Amino acid sequence: MTTLDEKSIYGPVTSWKTDFDHADPSYNENAHEIWSELRGTCPVAHTERYGGTWLPVTHDLVHEIAYDTEHFSSRGVVVATVKPSDLPDAIPAPIGGAPPITSDPPFHQDARRILLPAFSPKTIDLWEPEIRLLCRELIADMKAADVVDAATQFAQHIPVNVIARMLGFPPEDGAVFRGFVHDVLEAINLEPGKRAEAFMALDSYIAKQVQDHIDNPRDDLTNFLLNAKIYDQPLSLQHVGGSIILLLIAGIDTTWSAIGSSLWHLATNPVDRRRLVDNPALMPTAIEEFLRAYAPVTMARVVKDDYNFHGNEMKQNDWVLLPFPAANRDPEEFENADQVLIDREVNRHAAFGLGIHRCLGSNLARLELRVAVEEFLAAFPDFELAPDEVVKWSVGQIRGPRELPVRINARTL
Amino acid sequence: MKVQVDQSKCQGHNRCYAIAPELFDVDDMGNAFAIGDGVVEPHLAEKARLAVANCPEYAISIVE
Ligand code: HEM
Ligand code: SF4
Repeated sequence: MTTLDEKSIYGPVTSWKTDFDHADPSYNENAHEIWSELRGTCPVAHTERYGGTWLPVTHDLVHEIAYDTEHFSSRGVVVATVKPSDLPDAIPAPIGGAPPITSDPPFHQDARRILLPAFSPKTIDLWEPEIRLLCRELIADMKAADVVDAATQFAQHIPVNVIARMLGFPPEDGAVFRGFVHDVLEAINLEPGKRAEAFMALDSYIAKQVQDHIDNPRDDLTNFLLNAKIYDQPLSLQHVGGSIILLLIAGIDTTWSAIGSSLWHLATNPVDRRRLVDNPALMPTAIEEFLRAYAPVTMARVVKDDYNFHGNEMKQNDWVLLPFPAANRDPEEFENADQVLIDREVNRHAAFGLGIHRCLGSNLARLELRVAVEEFLAAFPDFELAPDEVVKWSVGQIRGPRELPVRINARTL
Repeated sequence: MKVQVDQSKCQGHNRCYAIAPELFDVDDMGNAFAIGDGVVEPHLAEKARLAVANCPEYAISIVE
């Protein structure tokens, strides 16, 4: 695995309001407290880090920016020391390096339409038996251990295996993919040169896989993209590679985090765990509530031109974080926003984003999350955080437990 | 009572289809539409209201 070593170029955070750093390890650990404090004082925090970054924390503001493609571009969606405007050979808006997530209108919709059918609910439902089998295999591999790591031995492997199968990539490269995902999403505060190196390694891995699919065509998403057309022309190899990178990166840490956070909740809330075991009919509302309360994904936008956003003087090329997870905890939008209610029936959450970039993989992510929770609970109806061990949370825009040691108190195996 | 989906707002979150498959279906692009002419039988009225209340894009409305 070619994982970058972590050395932030920034020092410790002095104020969450004026000097925040979402890649400081204490941010994700204390995210809910930080958002609620900011919501009460200033709804838009700012930092000079990463060349200038804004953080709006209310549902209204997040919603407004997600819909406003006129002032905010998706050209960069991961805040990092390197900005799209720093890269002379970056693919400009409205296409961007990884369509459709980096694309703006009008191109965005055309690139998105290519992928939508492959991720529609009816196509995705066909994967359920395979995902269930995968979960059962992972559980069987954990055997009879008293303490298992629900993040590294279970949650992590589910999205990696599924997307490798969909793209037709070697499943044994799972660790390689996770290394790339780490480099793109977590190693964001490094020297710009190091980050560029990591991206080159990713590009050359993808180029190799794409070449293999050109030489040996098969029935998978990679060949589907190679055969797809836009404006009556085949997609450029750059577009194909960018979309593949997107699918690889977008689905792994995100889903792993959603599964991990849900299991963390069940490990720390025995009443909810028992209710779900006794009454599986609660599963649909429970899954939506886990997605709301522990939404794993914060996206970003780039300010197109200097813009005064509700009194905040945003400068061209500033970053703006879009914390859908903070929107989901806004008491103006949700009753008892800070309580996790697994039977919450009215739950208009934004875990999968809002507006034109709605998560293309949301049907797949929901399926993986539900099946993973069902199978884990079926095998281990009673578990709790392992005493004397620590839960380790991710850093950066995707929030979830990276290490989740749990002690199994009852098993059905 | 009738439900309708505003196609210009629907982004395919599929919450409506999950909550009330009796009332909503999705096309190949994952966008939702009301089944038939959108008429809601009385026993499905509560589900219709829940679909409205859970659509993240405020795309569903109840008419009449
Ligand atoms: C629980 C797991 C997941 C969450 C919470 C999540 C969340 C999100 C969010 C919030 C966006 C919006 C991006 C924006 O506004 O800029 C997004 C976009 C996207 N997601 Fe996911 N995602 C998850 C899993 C997946 C999976 C499994 C896949 C596919 C394998 C995927 C593929 C995508 C793609 C392709 C986009 C870009 C859509 C566009 O720009 O039109 N995601 N995701
Ligand atoms: S819940 Fe709303 S956005 Fe989602 S498919 Fe239904 S109508 Fe469309």
